[in-house]
Amino acid sequence: MVIEAPGVDEVAVRAALAQVMDPELPVLSVVDLGIVHRVDVGPDGIEVSILPTFVGCPAIDVIRASIGARLAAFGLPIRVETTFEVPWTSDRITPNGRAALAVAGIAPPGPESAVRCPMCASAAVVRDSLFGPTQCRSLYYCRTCRQPFEVLKTI
Amino acid sequence: MSVASLPTVALGHLLGSMADDEFVIGFSDSEWTGIAPLLEEDIAMSSLAQDEIGHAAALYGLLGELTGADPDALAYDRDPHEYRHARLLDHGRGDWAMTIARRYLYETSDATRLEALIGGSWPPLAQLCAKLVREERYHLMHIDAWFARLAGTGGEPRDRLLAALDELAPDAATVFTPLPGEPALIEAGILAAPMVDLEARWRAAIAPDLDALGLAMPPSPERPSRGRQDHGPAFAWLWDEFTMVRRSDPGATW
Repeated sequence: MVIEAPGVDEVAVRAALAQVMDPELPVLSVVDLGIVHRVDVGPDGIEVSILPTFVGCPAIDVIRASIGARLAAFGLPIRVETTFEVPWTSDRITPNGRAALAVAGIAPPGPESAVRCPMCASAAVVRDSLFGPTQCRSLYYCRTCRQPFEVLKTI
Repeated sequence: MSVASLPTVALGHLLGSMADDEFVIGFSDSEWTGIAPLLEEDIAMSSLAQDEIGHAAALYGLLGELTGADPDALAYDRDPHEYRHARLLDHGRGDWAMTIARRYLYETSDATRLEALIGGSWPPLAQLCAKLVREERYHLMHIDAWFARLAGTGGEPRDRLLAALDELAPDAATVFTPLPGEPALIEAGILAAPMVDLEARWRAAIAPDLDALGLAMPPSPERPSRGRQDHGPAFAWLWDEFTMVRRSDPGATW
């Protein structure tokens, strides 16, 4: 369905972006991840600027393409650019996003002392490795339920 | 600062040297993928390598915007003698102690260099550096722990670390090799201080750690101006590895 351009505004675009999921953390939308920096809707089309979580994030091209594909429904030219104008920090993840991470078994970012096991909520956890399966995650182990789990890095 | 007043040539040397540093250490570290001494380190070195090569891509990207060059061509299509990474990174993978010693010297040097760029007057580089330090914090936590662990464990671990530091000593400070046109970068406010001053800051920063671990400070380079040239056979081998796919089918698209 092509929506008529006059009905397109920033609110509509942001609502659409809330349906674009991060490919490495598919429980999180790009809005909940906090990477949407700016949305401009003008006569020349829709311009979205996003903040890479990590400078070398290999998912960024997929994210740009997903955003472009989702916004194509508005029937306007789309431009998605990345910027470091402000650094993405892990406290840009929304409360909604933090809850979604925990449900997916990934502890949300925060101070070391606040890390809880996402499975059993135990505080008896140890850091196994600063580095994990993607650039943005560390590996922990829960001594209570004896499960390894991941924690989103605090940056 | 307007683009017209940028000291383009000197800025190109700065971006190129930083990009080459990150690119070469990234590829060196990636050699541990699959064979690191612990599973966690296999993951760590792979993730660190991914970070560093990502940083290199961003820096080659800035250099490309400045000069019109293709970032991939900058990374892969130059001859070995055209790279301007620090000689510190020219010693081959070596054993685990060599990797830890090299990473310690490099990461602490890089941290000092980034600090001198964050408040700079050219926003694309200052903003990128502000982002990079957030990632490098994890690199420093990782390498500080390993460096102290090897240095503080008597016998073979410490002996191997000492041997690695000995081999690296002549090149330990080469990240701070003065750049061509450096005064223009300082005058333009892009770089906070000359490399020779940054080297002094780096020495002051690492002295307490080295002292606590009973390790000697690295000597000053004998030929400071050659610190990013005369890459030896270890780099020739690495270059052959990292350009192999690119050379096998020039111009291929993926």
